[in-house]
Amino acid sequence: MGLEPAGGVGENMRIAVASGKGGTGKTTVSTSLALCAPGPVQYLDCDVEEPNGHIFLNPEFSVAEHCEVTIPRIVEAKCTYCGKCRDICRFRAITMFGKTIMSFPELCHSCRGCFLVCEDEAIAEDKREIGLLEAGQAGEINFVHGRTRVGEAMSVPLIKAVKKKAWKDGLVILDAPPGTSCPFVETVNDVDFVLLVTEPTPFGLHDLKLAVEVLLNFKKPCGVLVNRADLGDDRVDTWCRESGIPILLKIPFERGIAEGYAKGRNLVESQPDLRKPLENLLREICS
Amino acid sequence: MKEIVVLSGKGGTGKTTMLGSLAFLAENKIIADCDVDAADLHLLLAPRPGSENKFVSGVKARVIEDQCSGCGTCDLCQFEAVTLAETATIDSLACEGCGVCAYFCPEDAIVLDENHCGTWFISDTDYGPLVHAQLFAGEENSGKLVSFVKSKARELAEETGAGLILVDGAPGIGCPVIASLSNTDIILAITEPTQSGWHDLERVLDLADHFKVQAFVCLNKWDLNPEMATEIKHSCQDREVEFLGEIPFDPAVVSCQINGIPVVGNDDEGSAALAIRGIWNKLKNRL
Repeated sequence: MGLEPAGGVGENMRIAVASGKGGTGKTTVSTSLALCAPGPVQYLDCDVEEPNGHIFLNPEFSVAEHCEVTIPRIVEAKCTYCGKCRDICRFRAITMFGKTIMSFPELCHSCRGCFLVCEDEAIAEDKREIGLLEAGQAGEINFVHGRTRVGEAMSVPLIKAVKKKAWKDGLVILDAPPGTSCPFVETVNDVDFVLLVTEPTPFGLHDLKLAVEVLLNFKKPCGVLVNRADLGDDRVDTWCRESGIPILLKIPFERGIAEGYAKGRNLVESQPDLRKPLENLLREICS
Repeated sequence: MKEIVVLSGKGGTGKTTMLGSLAFLAENKIIADCDVDAADLHLLLAPRPGSENKFVSGVKARVIEDQCSGCGTCDLCQFEAVTLAETATIDSLACEGCGVCAYFCPEDAIVLDENHCGTWFISDTDYGPLVHAQLFAGEENSGKLVSFVKSKARELAEETGAGLILVDGAPGIGCPVIASLSNTDIILAITEPTQSGWHDLERVLDLADHFKVQAFVCLNKWDLNPEMATEIKHSCQDREVEFLGEIPFDPAVVSCQINGIPVVGNDDEGSAALAIRGIWNKLKNRL
């Protein structure tokens, strides 16, 4: 991974901002990077369970699309109760006892297995709405986010829908969900670089290690930003050094940043001194 | 037997800090860490190694190359896990484990392997038995592992006659959080007085309404934004959700984390510890 400063920034570059642990500053950093971009930039909020980017970027939405997945509806009049649809479903979304057959839409993973095995055209396509996708403009920033329906367990199809809006060319910044399981993997799987935001605490370090493990598995270049760098100890530093993971920037704890964040003010607004280091960070990552 | 789940919506607002302290304060209980993709509670409760067990859930499809004719039938995969060349290959990270490819493969060239996707533990701590788990990096099935951890905690509570299960939840409001809500009596939502914290709290309270679980709210680091703290309290009142108390910003919280001890119960309890004791005193009377 080259870290030499270069002139141009962000041609065909996709950067995900992720963390493992929640609340380390992913949204603060990703929205600020978008604000520091020298040219056109797109911001995708992939934390669809709890999207917060709009609070800091105040987009005006011009697009709203319902995100739906395909689920089966049993047409009892045509059903011969052969049981094939029940047998192929590994998620127990279809049950049958005697001549009663039922589907449980909330368990369905939309694999279409039941549609494919039914020989009696007894399964019709139904839709389950899993959330809403909105897109628009926040000043110079093209903004896209998704928001899952409350009570919906499945977030990956909505993350996919958000990512389908990603520009093919240009700089795209993705705000990842916390954790290291499927929503995180879906967000980072095809980006060029992952910026991991952590804090120098045992929780921050523990979850950073998990995130790095996933990224190393699919050989994804990554670097670390240490947030609230003076509230903790030096174990993150030591671990990064020993593991060969570069620390690209440290942001100290400032009550002003915390208070600005609380009010929904972005980092470059509440702490203008940070604009230059963030611009440099972006240039480093893109070079 | 009663069960309390600590949730937040937004990550990093103090769920684990709160749960670690409740583990010190409550008597005769089982502790369960249901944030299985970034489990941190063990870092505070210093568990002594107990039983360690495999968690196997679902399947992953694998192509037996010798038998594959490259016909492409398996491309009916809905999860973009199949890549076709001379023979097919399946990306195990993208594979949802639906088994549709194996069912329809005319050459029987696809096998479904059991998916060993995590580890679960029962450990002893100074504060009581702890059931915890670690989902392997990048895995899915976090909801299933959460349900499993909860069922083990419940079994253990029945065996030992514990009257209470304390559950540390995941951030967000999706799959693992929904799984942590089954059979729960009370949600303790902890947030911080920030736009993001408030926004995400509203989604947690909507989720509580959706699944008809009683919720209580407390605020962490309330003094970072006293005006918003007041607004959040009012909004709880409007929703008829009881507000249990507020915890001030206290640097001792970070130092306790670094030393791996709960905020309450150590020699020099500060303002945060005092506030948490107050919240527990109210909460235990609501059980």
